[in-house]
Amino acid sequence: MTTQTTDAALAATEEQNREFLVFSLGDEEYAIDILKVQEIRGYENVTRIANAPDFIKGVTNLRGVIVPIVDLRIKFRLENVEYGGQTVVIVLNVGERIVGIVVDGVSDVMTLTPEQIKPAPEFGVTLSSDFLSGLGSLEDRMLVLVDIDKLLTSQEMALVDSVSE
Amino acid sequence: MDITDFYDTFFEEAEELLADMERYLLELDVDDPDAEQLNAIFRAAHSIKGGAGTFGFDVLQQTTHLFENLLDHTRQGELTLRRDIVDTFLETKDMLHDQLDAYRNDEEPDQEAFARICETLQRLALEEIGQALDGANGVPGQSSVDTPAASAPEPAPTPGEASPGEASPGEPASGGGGEKRLTVSLLNVGDKDRGLLVEELEQLGEIEAREGDSACYRVTLTTAVGAEDIEAVMCFIVEPEQLRIEQGDAEASSAGAGEPRLTVSLINVGDKDRGLLVEELEQLGEIEAREGDASCYRVTLATAVSAEDIEAVMGFIVEPDQLRIEPAGAPGSDAPAAGEAPAPDADEPVPENVAEPVAAPAADAKAETPKPAADKPKQDKPKQDKPKARKAKSGGGESTSIRVSVEKVDQIINLVGELIITQSMLDQTVSELDNVNHSGLHNGMNLLQRNARDLQEAVMSVRMIPMDFVFSRFPRVVRETAGKLGKEIELVTEGESTELDKSLTERIIDPLTHLVRNSLDHGIEAPDAREAAGKPRTGKLTLSAKHQGGNILIEVIDDGGGLNRERILAKARENGLNVSDGMSDDEVWQMIFAPGFSTAQEVSDVSGRGVGMDVVKRNIQGMGGNVQIMSRPGEGTTIRIVLPLTLAILDGMSIKVGREVFILPLSAVLESLQPSRDDLYAMAGDDVVLKVRDEYLPVVPVHEALDVTDAKTELDEMIAVIVQGEGRRYALLVDELIGQQQVVVKNLETNYRKVPGVSAATILGDGSVALILDITDLHRLNRAKKEARRGQRVDAAPTTLSRKEVEPS
Repeated sequence: MTTQTTDAALAATEEQNREFLVFSLGDEEYAIDILKVQEIRGYENVTRIANAPDFIKGVTNLRGVIVPIVDLRIKFRLENVEYGGQTVVIVLNVGERIVGIVVDGVSDVMTLTPEQIKPAPEFGVTLSSDFLSGLGSLEDRMLVLVDIDKLLTSQEMALVDSVSE
Repeated sequence: MDITDFYDTFFEEAEELLADMERYLLELDVDDPDAEQLNAIFRAAHSIKGGAGTFGFDVLQQTTHLFENLLDHTRQGELTLRRDIVDTFLETKDMLHDQLDAYRNDEEPDQEAFARICETLQRLALEEIGQALDGANGVPGQSSVDTPAASAPEPAPTPGEASPGEASPGEPASGGGGEKRLTVSLLNVGDKDRGLLVEELEQLGEIEAREGDSACYRVTLTTAVGAEDIEAVMCFIVEPEQLRIEQGDAEASSAGAGEPRLTVSLINVGDKDRGLLVEELEQLGEIEAREGDASCYRVTLATAVSAEDIEAVMGFIVEPDQLRIEPAGAPGSDAPAAGEAPAPDADEPVPENVAEPVAAPAADAKAETPKPAADKPKQDKPKQDKPKARKAKSGGGESTSIRVSVEKVDQIINLVGELIITQSMLDQTVSELDNVNHSGLHNGMNLLQRNARDLQEAVMSVRMIPMDFVFSRFPRVVRETAGKLGKEIELVTEGESTELDKSLTERIIDPLTHLVRNSLDHGIEAPDAREAAGKPRTGKLTLSAKHQGGNILIEVIDDGGGLNRERILAKARENGLNVSDGMSDDEVWQMIFAPGFSTAQEVSDVSGRGVGMDVVKRNIQGMGGNVQIMSRPGEGTTIRIVLPLTLAILDGMSIKVGREVFILPLSAVLESLQPSRDDLYAMAGDDVVLKVRDEYLPVVPVHEALDVTDAKTELDEMIAVIVQGEGRRYALLVDELIGQQQVVVKNLETNYRKVPGVSAATILGDGSVALILDITDLHRLNRAKKEARRGQRVDAAPTTLSRKEVEPS
């Protein structure tokens, strides 16, 4: 599933421009494929789940559907993780699941041409380059393009039962 | 569009037909078989055969063909029914079901079984009526799967043989020749469907001519296939009333007459209704004349639709006695000449054929004695001819049920749940406003609340299906088991209409079957023994279902010898179970559910079967229910299953630990109490037990098992909830009890994963999510955590200090 969509995404890259939703984690700017985004909502009413990794904040009620909430700031080991009125949850459709990610803010939607997308260099341990689809350069800004499908279904996110992997 | 698109429809229909067939077979009185029932069974086999032929399911087609022939002999009285013959029929029905399943799974059916069933049917025919079954190359063993020409309903290679077999009885054998000419008229069939149908027809025979437009398209076909078969095939694509099949020269007669002309008289029908009715009629055919006034308004209509259908359609708008339908030419005349029915072909099985104009006078005769409403044919005469029965379904009463996927229903249930939550949030906000200035709003809120609850109840009821779904299979089970055991048993079912969640009805079948077999085997005595004990020879087994609160009680009651206390106790001792003679009956009876306690040989000296009672109990507990046994020596045994009505809703007890709310399944909660410090004993390090009425229960503090912060930690400040899960009893320590409430169960694994100690989640009135605790798993989790903690401590100070010294308890 994951690889298929990635392939399709890559194929699309060669032909046309892609739209990304840009969000911020601390001072860094990240971007994900806008087609994965279902909606954006505030961070509220999250029920903690015992014995889960710290970056899984718990589950919330999205119009009758129980949705897990992951804090990418904790996952990416950022400092100053705070929850306030500005804290935003991006609700994503990943495979057949619905997952929410907590980010510091959503800035805008960007269209990137294939030329603007550069291959990602080898990163450190926190964010393996496996989970990146590239770097977007936009004048003086740099966007980290995250392959959110791959990231959220990976073992280390512990969002899915390993049996079902 | 591909013919495979219709596979599912066929499978579903065939499945229903088989279920009908079984029901009729079981109801059949062998000494005095009801002709209607025999006809119904025959028609079921016949319809399946038709479909199977179309889709090229050769094995299924051939089996049904043999079966159908045999059934035909039966209904014509050439074959005298006996119990064992009915058994063979039932076996055949099972075989058809297997074949159907095989096709559904894209597999070839079992050839051996096919050959065997063919042989059985042929032998039965030879022995009982002294002739082999004709047609379908049905020589057993000579599997014709490899020769599609032989089985597909194409012009058969040996027409003389195939045709009488294919043509249903009563249908004119068309001069004994194999091929005959049929005119198939397609009425109001769209281009796309028409293309498909014509393709179908090409497969069935040779098309000689085709003409007409989409309103009426005629195909002349030379074929060896019977009109009824063609109809059966086409009915998968079009409605029966869109189709008319006539014998060869009938074309001329129908062309001469055009469409049959009917006069529809509306008696005392108001203007508005009349307008509606005339519009209806325009849809059904061409209106040639209209006249009259409100007291009697006559419409002359050229239509291919039968009078009965027209009546069925109109029955929605007017009363039957306001309506009279007559063949044109006899307007107003109350006594149409019976001679108007020159019906050589008016034989029963071909009602859709030339019989059309004939149907009119027939309906007319009925019209004199006010013809009952449209749904009457369906209720009172379920055994009408197949095409008519279908008509009643689609045209008349409109089908009374629709198939909807479970996901769709669940989605509606979700949305309604959401609505309820929104409503309670609104309610909270509104309740803070003062009543005087906002009385309108308050009233509106009350109304909304009531409507929302009603809506929720109504939606939940969609998932419920009657217990009849389960009970209906037991006549067969009882009949067979009783036959094998040589016992005489009467089965009584009560409360078939009691409703239960669909997912539960499916899961209750296996345990219930086991319990029924058990009762037949060990409960009810042999006829002689019963007589000796002064009871009637025929044993009675009762299956009953009824509601009690939010539960359903399902009972299996036999009037047999009852359980034998001494033998159960003796067996339990043998198995090393802890028993004493002073145990209550209830406790003794529960022992037969112990794993390894084979109820079979030990308790009643009859051989056992497959699953044990422990599996039954586990299955039922898995559904959130429990099993009780009541038994009296010599009088019988009652086994009672108590199940929640639905898995989608749970009776829960909400508790608070720290700032978090959890739900405990109420069925697992035995009691709750405020423990005093004196009743708590520490043992073996950090384990704690609670003494409750001379019993020591292990203690599981929820905040430890689930890492809740800000929870109370002083043991005597907390509340102990005594719970029971899979036979283990323990005390959960919580901060606070909030109350009991029904909650809608939501799966956590849909978007997340299994969480230890938690079975599911739910949404509370304020819109937040609460976790439903898994009582059994929670205990296990607590132990695992304790061990992990111990391990850590030992690791932390492995050399110098023992555990006790690190943290004296």
